[in-house]
Amino acid sequence: MLLRHTPKEIKERKALAVNPAKTCQPIGAMYAGLGIHGCLPHSHGSQGCCAYHRSTLTRHYREPIMAATSSFTEGASVFGGQANLLQALLTIFTTYNPDMVAVHTTCLSETIGDDVNQIVKKAYKDGTIPEGKYVVHAATPSYVGSHVTGFSNMVKSIAVQMAEKTGKSNGRVNIVPGFVEPSDMAEIKRIAAMLGVNPILFPDTSGVVNGPLTGKFEMYPKGGTPISDLKSAGDSMASIGLGAWASAEPVKALDAQCKIPCQVQDLPIGLLATDRFVDALRTVAGVSVPDCVTQERGQLLDVISDMQPHLYGKKVALAGDPDQLIPLTEFLVTIGMKPVHIVTGTPGKAFTKRIKEITARFGDQINVQNPGDMFLLHQWIKNEPVDLLICNTYGKYMARDEDIPFVRHGFPILDRIGHAYFPTVGYKGGLHLLEKILGVLMDRKDRDASEETFELVE
Amino acid sequence: MTSISVLKQREKQIYQKGKQPFEMECETKSLAGAVSQRACVFCGSRVVLYPIADALHLIHGPIGCASYTWDIRGAQSSGPELHRMSFSTDLSETDIIYGGEKKLKKALLELIEKYSPKAAFIYCTCIVGIIGDDVDAVCRQVEKETNIPVIAVHSEGFKGTKKDGYKAACDALFSLIERNKAPRVTIPDSINILGEFNIGGETWIIKKYYEAMGVKVVSVITGDGRVDEVMQARNAALNVVQCSGSVTHLAKQMEKEYGIPFIRVSYFGIEDTSDALYQVAVHFKKTPEILKKTRELIKKEVKAIVPSLETMKKDLEGKKAAIYVGGAFKAFSLIKALKTLGMEVVLAGSQTGTKEDYEVLRQMCNEGTVILDDSNPLELAKYSVEKDADLFIGGVKERPIAYKMGIGFCDHNHERKIPLVGFEGMVNFAKEVHGTVTSPIWDLVPRRQNPIGKEGAI
Repeated sequence: MLLRHTPKEIKERKALAVNPAKTCQPIGAMYAGLGIHGCLPHSHGSQGCCAYHRSTLTRHYREPIMAATSSFTEGASVFGGQANLLQALLTIFTTYNPDMVAVHTTCLSETIGDDVNQIVKKAYKDGTIPEGKYVVHAATPSYVGSHVTGFSNMVKSIAVQMAEKTGKSNGRVNIVPGFVEPSDMAEIKRIAAMLGVNPILFPDTSGVVNGPLTGKFEMYPKGGTPISDLKSAGDSMASIGLGAWASAEPVKALDAQCKIPCQVQDLPIGLLATDRFVDALRTVAGVSVPDCVTQERGQLLDVISDMQPHLYGKKVALAGDPDQLIPLTEFLVTIGMKPVHIVTGTPGKAFTKRIKEITARFGDQINVQNPGDMFLLHQWIKNEPVDLLICNTYGKYMARDEDIPFVRHGFPILDRIGHAYFPTVGYKGGLHLLEKILGVLMDRKDRDASEETFELVE
Repeated sequence: MTSISVLKQREKQIYQKGKQPFEMECETKSLAGAVSQRACVFCGSRVVLYPIADALHLIHGPIGCASYTWDIRGAQSSGPELHRMSFSTDLSETDIIYGGEKKLKKALLELIEKYSPKAAFIYCTCIVGIIGDDVDAVCRQVEKETNIPVIAVHSEGFKGTKKDGYKAACDALFSLIERNKAPRVTIPDSINILGEFNIGGETWIIKKYYEAMGVKVVSVITGDGRVDEVMQARNAALNVVQCSGSVTHLAKQMEKEYGIPFIRVSYFGIEDTSDALYQVAVHFKKTPEILKKTRELIKKEVKAIVPSLETMKKDLEGKKAAIYVGGAFKAFSLIKALKTLGMEVVLAGSQTGTKEDYEVLRQMCNEGTVILDDSNPLELAKYSVEKDADLFIGGVKERPIAYKMGIGFCDHNHERKIPLVGFEGMVNFAKEVHGTVTSPIWDLVPRRQNPIGKEGAI
């Protein structure tokens, strides 16, 4: 009886989302804020928003997630939230003593029309924000876009409100990693280091939401982009934004403000996308690709060819964020699989076009919906079954109902560990993805094999 | 940790027994800017109504509120599972400008046609309160067209605390009960179980006890709940209210309207469970058979669990526990249960306790115990370490804080997976506590290897 509420017959729905493949902007903004060292994210809205975002991030990372809230009341909703935000900033700086506060709005504060820019200016003027401390702010109405939009808006705000141009190049490259795991952010830094590039990666949640057990509660863990790096971002040689949905706006804004040439690449998921990222880094930094990187690429290619018979022609259904799905679909096509149903909840017309290009070899047989939801994905699967499902934890209902091998990827993952520690970007990340995909496919083959066909060697 | 100061404004919400006169300030709005563990009105309503498994739960607002509450509470159902789906009107910018009433009506009609639910609950989120949708009017129209109860839950997030959300849910439930136009017939020796949500199958354990006592359970509000059952609730002779915070309002309404008396109980721990069952038996003393059966039941159940409790008590004797829960009523039971296991409570707090609650807590606790209202991570961390707790009992946001400090943890909120109520629940609880407190991992954490205050502390 588990959640058997999905009929095979597909009817067009206009008025509602069922089993969403997205969530709202503020949580993305909160996550971005956590990626700055010493930064306390602040939710300008009702108490519940902040509690829900913290709970969801806590479930995903199994880490304490710190964020404050303006605790809107009925009064604030009528008279505006200025008093709440000013009180909040006072409370925060006097008690929690962060180096920076990243304020994001909510549907409530956006709709009542709070002018956060003006309120923050007042707080600076009044001295509520102590000398040497910063407050950045982003508008993140929940009724526009998705959590990815919120992430992008906050990163953009951090970039334009913090970067300073002195005119003297710092010889570094800005990298905006997109809404990815801390493990991915660390891997992007490792790849850059192998190439001899010293990047300014922002935000950087590695070491913040995957920290060690120290026996102490740290309000501001060791990780995160240093504020000095954010300031210096205005003097970098170039910016690379990874993922058009999450990172294009921030790098474009830096270009407009500080004249830093920028380019937008796909997230380096899979062999080809990682090639493009490595090449982009090589070009903008004027470095050559060292043997150790070539070695890792070769290993990934080697494993793909070793295991190719197990992958070929297998059908895959996917749900997630556009920035992940585009290179992931490309990777699946590269390794011989056939992505047949692809859904994202995050709007953006370019998505369908990119997916169609990547899957061109399959003609019109590919279902793509943007924005879509998991309910639709499930219906598609019922109409055309698949061999593998890749999406966040909420895919487990479909996986169970339809008995499909399932790899968890995306946000949130509420029932497994690993995503915070093992990357899926870069060549190593590609290996990790392959290991996960092959693991579930081959476990299934073993499970279903008759005694005679049950093989020791695969 | 000692360097962390307590928020000046919060001093009156923290009390250390024996150290100062008792003047607990509580039932206040959270201070803006505090990293509060509290949620919102919507959250309160959602958790109370959610377990009604054959009702449609439609969240009217932007996507976030639906995403964050999609099947996160393991309220089990023995039959339909419509409650585990996530339905949202997914309001977008144009809806905010032009209103969401049309979309709501369309969504409702579509969903009711597709799923034939027994009733529909429509949750109003913050934004709905601001843009002024007349949700009640839409509900009336749809109720007329579809012939099922369609009830607006006025749970706009900013309209108060989680407690106000409980009240909104109670109003919705009462409105459902009132739709039953059949004449009232009081069923002899019958009860409603109120404030029990069937987390981990707890409802079934409690129901089993009452059946063994010869007491008829008319409805459970809302664990493993069904619309028809809830509508019969007015025929019960007694309301037995657990988790007093959430549904006392409904019990009071039913007392006023139908003259059904109510008693408050807890099913947690041997002492409170026995007391609850006896209270009900005494209420029906005109049927002496019930009291006799109750005595037999309790004797049998207690005898069955004492040996394993005694074994575990040997390891737990003298260990220290910190408790931070939603409602204070739960804390009372926990303190008693921990005493049964030989443990001492060094910190006790709640998100929503009243002055009377805290007075009871004070009387129950030993000298030096810290009592907290509407606390935050810094305080919880500070006092748990200062008091050298071996165990922390709380919910999702407290878990990683406890683990970071190297303290064992037991979830007594909605993320618990095993039943903790009744006699068998007490054994489960003891096993959980024993498992976490005696885990060898805590010997490896820095806090234990280098106790606070000693030379060489990390």
